[in-house]
Amino acid sequence: MKVKVLCRNPDDYVRETTRDIQRVPRNYDPKLHPFEVPREYTRALNATKLERVFAKPFVASLDGHRDGISCIAKHAKSLSTVLSGACDGEVKVWNLPRRECVRTIQAHEGFVRGICSRFCGTSFFTVGDDKTIKQWNMEPPGYGVQEEPINTILGKAVVTGVDHHQREAMFATCGQTVDIYDEQRSSPIRSFSWGVDSFSCVRYNPVETDLLASCASDRSVVLYDMRESTPLRKVVMQLRSNTLCWNPMEAYYFTCSNEDSNLYTYDMRYLKCPVTVHVDHVSAVLDVDYSPTGREFVSASFDKTIRIFPKDKGRSREVYHTKRMQHVICVKWSADNKYVLSGSDEMNIRLWKANASEKLGVMSSREKTAANYNKKLMEKFQHHPQVKRIARHRHVPRDVLKQKRQQTEMKEARRRKEQNVRKHSKPGSVPLVPEKEKHVVAVVE
Amino acid sequence: MRIEGVKVTSEMAVSDEKEFAMDNEVISASEDEEFSDDERKHNKLLQAISSLGGKRRKNQNERSEASLQVSEFFVSAEGAGDKVGLSDLLGTVEKTTGATKTKKQLRNLQNRKETLELPLNKEQAEKIQRSVAYEKTTKEVTDWQSIIVQNQKAEQMVFPLNQEPSGPKRVEQVVAGWKAETPLEQEVFRLLHMNRQPVHDPVLTPVEEASLKAMSLEEATIRRAELQKARALHSYYEAKAKREKKIKSKKYHRILKKAKRKEFVKQFEERMETDPTGALEELKKMGMSRMTERMSLKHQNSGKWAKSKAIMAKYDDSARKAMQEQLQINKDLTQKIVTISDDEHETPEESETVPDFVNDVEPITDHLNPWMRSRLPQEEPEISCVTPDKPQTSEEEEEERDEEEELLADFQRKRALRQIEDDDLIPTAAEKQKVTCEVSREEVVGEVTVEISDSDENESEEEEEEDVSHFNTLFKLMSSEKTHEGPAPTPDQQEDEEQLDEGQIRVRNMEDLEVLEEVSDPRPGKVAAQSMPQPTASDPLAKKSKREINLSDVLTKEAKTIKVALTPTVVDDEEHEEQISIIKEAFAGDDVISDFLIDKRKQEEAGRPKVVDLTLPGWGEWGGMGVKTSLRKRKRFRKKMAPAPSRQDQKLPDVIISEKRNSSIATHQVSHLPFPFQNPTQFESCIRTPIGQTWNTQTAVKKMTMPKVVTTVGAIIEPLVKEDYIKHKSTKPTGKGPAILLNDRRGAKDGKPSDKNKGRDSHKRRRNKP
Repeated sequence: MKVKVLCRNPDDYVRETTRDIQRVPRNYDPKLHPFEVPREYTRALNATKLERVFAKPFVASLDGHRDGISCIAKHAKSLSTVLSGACDGEVKVWNLPRRECVRTIQAHEGFVRGICSRFCGTSFFTVGDDKTIKQWNMEPPGYGVQEEPINTILGKAVVTGVDHHQREAMFATCGQTVDIYDEQRSSPIRSFSWGVDSFSCVRYNPVETDLLASCASDRSVVLYDMRESTPLRKVVMQLRSNTLCWNPMEAYYFTCSNEDSNLYTYDMRYLKCPVTVHVDHVSAVLDVDYSPTGREFVSASFDKTIRIFPKDKGRSREVYHTKRMQHVICVKWSADNKYVLSGSDEMNIRLWKANASEKLGVMSSREKTAANYNKKLMEKFQHHPQVKRIARHRHVPRDVLKQKRQQTEMKEARRRKEQNVRKHSKPGSVPLVPEKEKHVVAVVE
Repeated sequence: MRIEGVKVTSEMAVSDEKEFAMDNEVISASEDEEFSDDERKHNKLLQAISSLGGKRRKNQNERSEASLQVSEFFVSAEGAGDKVGLSDLLGTVEKTTGATKTKKQLRNLQNRKETLELPLNKEQAEKIQRSVAYEKTTKEVTDWQSIIVQNQKAEQMVFPLNQEPSGPKRVEQVVAGWKAETPLEQEVFRLLHMNRQPVHDPVLTPVEEASLKAMSLEEATIRRAELQKARALHSYYEAKAKREKKIKSKKYHRILKKAKRKEFVKQFEERMETDPTGALEELKKMGMSRMTERMSLKHQNSGKWAKSKAIMAKYDDSARKAMQEQLQINKDLTQKIVTISDDEHETPEESETVPDFVNDVEPITDHLNPWMRSRLPQEEPEISCVTPDKPQTSEEEEEERDEEEELLADFQRKRALRQIEDDDLIPTAAEKQKVTCEVSREEVVGEVTVEISDSDENESEEEEEEDVSHFNTLFKLMSSEKTHEGPAPTPDQQEDEEQLDEGQIRVRNMEDLEVLEEVSDPRPGKVAAQSMPQPTASDPLAKKSKREINLSDVLTKEAKTIKVALTPTVVDDEEHEEQISIIKEAFAGDDVISDFLIDKRKQEEAGRPKVVDLTLPGWGEWGGMGVKTSLRKRKRFRKKMAPAPSRQDQKLPDVIISEKRNSSIATHQVSHLPFPFQNPTQFESCIRTPIGQTWNTQTAVKKMTMPKVVTTVGAIIEPLVKEDYIKHKSTKPTGKGPAILLNDRRGAKDGKPSDKNKGRDSHKRRRNKP
């Protein structure tokens, strides 16, 4: 026979420890909790304000270089190790948690143009103005032993960039041509060139590992497939692209940083026009790096600021700058998606939080819940003018502000002129060109 | 060019060798060493001479080609320098038999006079090569599209993506290169090995692993479902058995018995044919039971009960009958079984039966419960009461059927009756409405109330109104009072007014209206007066309320369940009165309601568009003091504005909704529709849904505030790995040479345009999606 009884489980009303909060039986009757929208709005507003209050992105500055930083590389396997090359040919290995330099190598004469870690993290490659490609052991040599590269390749011309394959013992360099090297050989196994130009940057696609892209000085971005004998295609833009970065989660998207102070995200299948034009910088963008989640990227600019863009938004969500930071040459997003590293002209590497107001330490579950709720509230009310006003407000250096104003004015003037021209010419003779298409000159097959 | 060069050098090599061979023939073997010495010297000399020249001549013969001519035994192949033509090779074909088709093709080829096309120049060739390569790569990359879209749409992404499963790990997974070294360890491992126990300390033994492998998830689910089903069936069966066991109906058991008996006989007969020995055993069993009956005193009327009955039997007919029955049973059982008769036999258990009515469905107490109601068409005590004097037919089934039909017919009749009643009611209500309308036109308040009541009838549910309904009723009551205090109405008018007031409370259909007529009467003094002029209206209601327990009433579709709520509303009335009196006291001096009405009218006036006079005095005619602009002109320049849209509070008599833009709120309001939303209602609903813990359960909050991207502290997030996501590897293994050659460009070009279009289309679609 089944006997049904009222049952009261002590788990429902007794807390586990005395330090736990009291269990409160709740009545979710909406009549008992009126004004949900105004109350949530207030909460959202407060959350936004607090988010701004706690936005302290600057974590640390690593000083020790004796010239401007020209390149930074992440260690492939260790989050706490960072490599940097300077304009005087010095390479330093940094320990981030201790914020100190653990090793210094005089790697090249002249600039260190490029640096990259091997996929296994046991060694790294540097290229410099002295036309050499050097492979170094990640482990420092024993006491009293001189720093010697594992391998040195003498090139014919200056090498300006280097990148390592994601899984195979191959790396690519760029200079006058884009060369693919096998680690075991001293001469390139493949060499791509298309017209006479020099390249400033070459990057492997981290997902489709046989694909490469490079930025050339003839204002073009060229795509390659390592398996083919020829380059694939190139897109010529109005101004030169300085660097580019592939999206590590989305195989066919890459973003290039341009001299015209914009960044362009391309779909490699449709090069005719960029997917998104990211505007906000006021001067040439020198470097770009994707977050490992592929949702955002960080860009470094000549205007002494770093900006963080969502990958599909035209405007930046964050701008970082300090009084002492000069032109930012290189920037990297740490592999755990938490930090951003920037190397600038004034010999410092700076460590920033990727989310300015994020708490760095361990969070309790309640803290986490509250943070999530606040984040969601801000997202929900992001279109409300007050919330938007507070959330979008940033302080920028005076120069940037002025330049920004000037640029908007110039843009407006240009727009007006175009409008007037259109008004006074035969209908259809001055076509409306979307902003995206304006920056692409040609796609060369 | 290059090929020619090679040829030349090879020819030279041939001639050299010939010379060398001739030399060898001349020089004897003994002189061989001397010769070599000489040669060395000669070479030295030559070198010295060449070094004198200053400019060193490069040695061209660094690269040596593999050729046929090099032979250890100086046997030179004949015609080695000659080219081998296709015709030379094919010469033998003509001689061989078979392969006629090939021969034919060859002959055709030989006869053809056409020349081959010139190869494309380098730029064009490269361009084609590039475009083909690009197309190929593009196609390959497009495989990612579905994954990318899926990731973009994902509610939550947890990075790093390929996290290792948590749980125990093997030692060799954690510590690399561990080995049993000490003798004890070795001994232990030897033992383990012998017993087929896990040696390298895996978590599971091979047997366990095998069993795990054997049990797949799907199988487990299927098995579980089966078990579930079996359990459910079991429980059904149990429940059924219980229910049947509980049934105390004699009739039912009689039928059951009969069925069982029939079944048994059938089986027995079958058995007689198929299994005579089994049947014999059965027969024996029956004989045994007969014997036991004969030996026992069970039905001999010798028990306590039988004795008491025997005493009663003198006076009581039923007792006598019972005794008779017992004896009959005894007789039946002790009868020798030859063939099983079809007569009604009563087993001893059946003797202790309970009256029939216990078996019936328990009477419905809660007629509000629809589930209870649904069971009504079954047998019921009331039904039996309704049809007591029906002639009972001999066969039970037929009787039952008859009863059901009877019941249905009864329902039909009653329903029809009810409908007639309703029809009678409706016109009266309508009439009342008409009268009220006529009367209310005289008064402003009255008019408004009529509007409200009308609209309420038509409108579906509106939440806001419900919210304000409390205030509404209050207000209405007060206003109605007020109107009564003003012009003294005639008695019949007064009556109509009351009905109007009742219209204030939400009414959806006529029945509601009827109910509410009684419910909301504000004035205590009027109750008696109200009941007096409405005897006709209240009578049917009273009847209905009586009939509520009545079966027929419950069974009709439109059960007047609302009428039950009559009692609490009366209490409400009292509350109203109290409140009214309080309010009255508080606002004894001022006339709030009329003020409010005036206020509202003013607001309405202000909102109405005005006629704009655009005449300029003195324009086109004389102006100045005392000169009037002409009527024609004034008429011409007076502009009527378009009528304003109807006010929100047009149908709400007791509310003023200000439609002006409030600047203090406007700073907090969204001025235009944000991007992903299609219309304002979407956006509003999004904003209106609260996500906080104050309004939602813990799990709901957790789900709603789930962050889009979750990362683990201190974990390196690796880029996607192709092998994990795209299984079919369509690409060829990485060849070092160019994978695409010029000669297969035609096929690639043919396939190109369609591919391109497809790709573009999909691209567009993708971009439109977000």
